[in-house]
Amino acid sequence: MQQSNRLRPFFENITFDRADNEMILNFGPQHPSAHGQLRLMLHMQQEQITKAHPDIGYLHRGMEKMAENMIYNEFMPTTDRMDYIASSSNNYGFALAVERLIGLEVPRRAKVIRMMLLETNRLMSHLFWLATTALDIGAMTVFLFAFREREYLMDLIEDYCGARLTHSAVRIGGVPLDLPDNFIGDLRKFLDKLPENIKDYEDLLDTNRIWLMRMENVGVISTEMALSWGCSGVMLRASGVEWDIRKEEPYELYDEVEFNVPVSDKGDNYARYKLYMAEMRESAKILYQVIDMYADTQPQLMAHAPQYISAPKLDIMTQNYSLMQHFVLVTQGMRPPVGEVYIPTESPKGELGYYINSQGGAYPYRLKLRAPSFWHTGILTDLLPGHYIPDVVSIIGTTNIVFGEVDR
Amino acid sequence: MRAYTPKDNVQKKPYYTDRYWVAPQVAKHDVSSDAVFAEDLEAIKAQFDVLEAYIQVDQMVVIINPADNFAVIEMLKNERAYNQLSEMSAIDWLADEGKFEIFYQMLSMTKRKRLRIKCKIDEKESIQSVEKLFRSADWSEREMYDMFGIVINNHPFMKRILMPDDWEGFPLRKTYPLQGDEFAAWYEVDKIFGKEAREIIGPENRDPARIDRYDTERFARLGHEVPRGTDISNGEPDTPLVYQETEGVFMIEKFDAEKSVVISDRDR
Repeated sequence: MQQSNRLRPFFENITFDRADNEMILNFGPQHPSAHGQLRLMLHMQQEQITKAHPDIGYLHRGMEKMAENMIYNEFMPTTDRMDYIASSSNNYGFALAVERLIGLEVPRRAKVIRMMLLETNRLMSHLFWLATTALDIGAMTVFLFAFREREYLMDLIEDYCGARLTHSAVRIGGVPLDLPDNFIGDLRKFLDKLPENIKDYEDLLDTNRIWLMRMENVGVISTEMALSWGCSGVMLRASGVEWDIRKEEPYELYDEVEFNVPVSDKGDNYARYKLYMAEMRESAKILYQVIDMYADTQPQLMAHAPQYISAPKLDIMTQNYSLMQHFVLVTQGMRPPVGEVYIPTESPKGELGYYINSQGGAYPYRLKLRAPSFWHTGILTDLLPGHYIPDVVSIIGTTNIVFGEVDR
Repeated sequence: MRAYTPKDNVQKKPYYTDRYWVAPQVAKHDVSSDAVFAEDLEAIKAQFDVLEAYIQVDQMVVIINPADNFAVIEMLKNERAYNQLSEMSAIDWLADEGKFEIFYQMLSMTKRKRLRIKCKIDEKESIQSVEKLFRSADWSEREMYDMFGIVINNHPFMKRILMPDDWEGFPLRKTYPLQGDEFAAWYEVDKIFGKEAREIIGPENRDPARIDRYDTERFARLGHEVPRGTDISNGEPDTPLVYQETEGVFMIEKFDAEKSVVISDRDR
């Protein structure tokens, strides 16, 4: 027996001495297809899984605790580190929650830019998902193709905010910067080529024999199971529930743009793959519409709410009261009213919610991050039994979990 | 005299407070202002005690007795079409009133409504699991136990989820410091090498930018590398850079900045 305060070399990976011939296999936490730090304890009968225990927490940084010790604006860069594949959507979810708490209306140009950021982030996330999942299954070409397109989007984001991965490109009350001159032209160029690119991926995968064998009728999630496990996003829509927060509880300008919500009732890996592809096309459609909205907006980027939001830089540099107010907001932080909100947004992975309990102080009294991947990892407990070892890889792939937000 | 710091809430406090400042409130609306919520509330009231109910930021908040939590959520799920438990967790009010507040964030997809069920329990009190109704509560309740130490009755696998199994203390309680307590600071050392190794290894360096100029055990200046443990209190000798391929290596061309081309056009 291992002593609790010593680590000793012992064969912890495989246990053979079970009377019922059951093998316990540790999958991860360093397994390359575990998409980060996921450890799965799998009980196996030969190759078939009888029981699965996902073990998480290897990337736990205590973000909720950190939030209780930070002013609201200070927490924004921390949200980047949740779903680092699409960090603007995390920034946005937090900004929206605080804005609803304060009761703030954001200027239209900021909304348009946020929409662009959100949808480019969705594309980035979906491309990344496709690349890594295809790589796990063995499709190297798709990986290289999808990363090429993602690279272009990252360059675009870099042009906007200077960062490629952790953007922090949204502020509470608006956005910090206007679009650079080349942004819309470059985005349009990318969008014009995107359908071609998506068709390339689909030509490679859709009828690929290996892809179909690994995807079709593997990892079937029933509607009841998806609802019960709190699934959201593609995981829910692939199981036949038409629920997209952008459509049902619209925020920003999602009620002004036209897009479809792709749904499938198959619930298997292949359905999820098809939905990701369809969603990329819908995102492109939204982006085209948002680009057209940009031209007739006023140049104001941040909401005017002196109690909570700093004045524009020009005012800070020229007007005494703006400078004083900025100083107070930076050193002490804004103090939202007493109350609580839970604001869900549709992040690329699913329902990303922020619960904020404010007691009128500069620090949130309690902040709960509702990350979709947390439950998409939990569902593996019920999903994996009955499947075989190779299926584990493709199922983890299509659940699209990111451990930054599972562990927070 | 040392300044008094409260022990029951060690979270960061603002250093400046305005004693005349009155915090504004987020408006609480009457439930009767929304027909759908009013109906739901009637249904809850018909069977259970409702301590308080209001609408805040478009969502209904219903405060119930903790003993009713399972029955209320079961009723909402089966009769009122609240088909998803999107989130649940606790809030630590131990410093103020010695209680935990537990909230269940529910979603009805057919009605497009979200409501929050809340109840308060004492520190040592446990609460009924709703895992039988929503599997998502399995992990949420484990997280709640892990972070607050709230014990759940009838949970199938009541075990820590994010922290290690042998962790001491509950990180999200207000009494738990942000930097961690002593147990947390020495956790790895104690576990791997034993308590007696604490003095040899020393405390963890929490400042990633900290560089000890004379520490040759962990750090060497580039271009001035010396063997491990050398005394360099009088400065270290230069280590001139030597390249293996001075004579040229088969197939490898030396980098020539003059010949390199910077690609400026991003067209693919």
